[in-house]
Amino acid sequence: MEPVIKERAFPARVEDIPQVLDFITDAAGLAGLHPKRIIHMQLAVEEAVANICSYAYEVPPGELLVQINGDKKHFVLKLVDRGIPFDPLALKEPDLKAGIAERQVGGLGVLLIRRIMDEVHYKREGSWNILTMVVNKEQAID
Amino acid sequence: MEISAVNDRGFKVVSIVGRLDTVTAPDYDKQCAVWIDEGNNKFVFDFARLEYISSAGLRSILVVVKKLRACGGYMALCNLNGLVQEVISISGFDSFLSIYDSVEKAIEEGA
Repeated sequence: MEPVIKERAFPARVEDIPQVLDFITDAAGLAGLHPKRIIHMQLAVEEAVANICSYAYEVPPGELLVQINGDKKHFVLKLVDRGIPFDPLALKEPDLKAGIAERQVGGLGVLLIRRIMDEVHYKREGSWNILTMVVNKEQAID
Repeated sequence: MEISAVNDRGFKVVSIVGRLDTVTAPDYDKQCAVWIDEGNNKFVFDFARLEYISSAGLRSILVVVKKLRACGGYMALCNLNGLVQEVISISGFDSFLSIYDSVEKAIEEGA
């Protein structure tokens, strides 16, 4: 496993999401991510953290650990919590062709994460949920 | 996020600056509810200076468009760019929302 370059713990609360985003934005900037990919990373992190705040802890707020590492080609961000086992990637994708009347918003956050990140992985390790999101630094920006 | 509106030919033209996300969406919801309760039912949302939207913002947009269609109203978005355009497209919201290149065009279509 790659060494952790940066790590910080936050309360898993919606009102702390801006602080989490400031932290990852600084780190992504230092890592040389393109501004467009930094915004993608912000969006993916907001969606994932909002899920953790809502579902992970029976007695909120729990703790959210944000770990950043990577190499020349990849920016790797891990969101770690000790909540109930929760695999966001197992959620069913929403029906994007549904008409406005049937349209639900549930599941859109995870869909956005999948589409804007280059890789997303979930694993349960002991009592930890670990969601790993990766941006390829060398991917062409259109 | 800053939200403001002007009245133009019977339309509420709403301008949003900044981010429409988990933190700011509740303010957007409240303000839109106030305008709808006042009897406005024709809205053009100018997203020229909206730089970021997440699924929380999409949820808010969906709530407003459903309310307006239920009462025979009109809602259009215009001047989408960057991440906002990308998110609207990924989510498939462009299939049921009216989206235009300018406020002028959005008003013409809704008149």
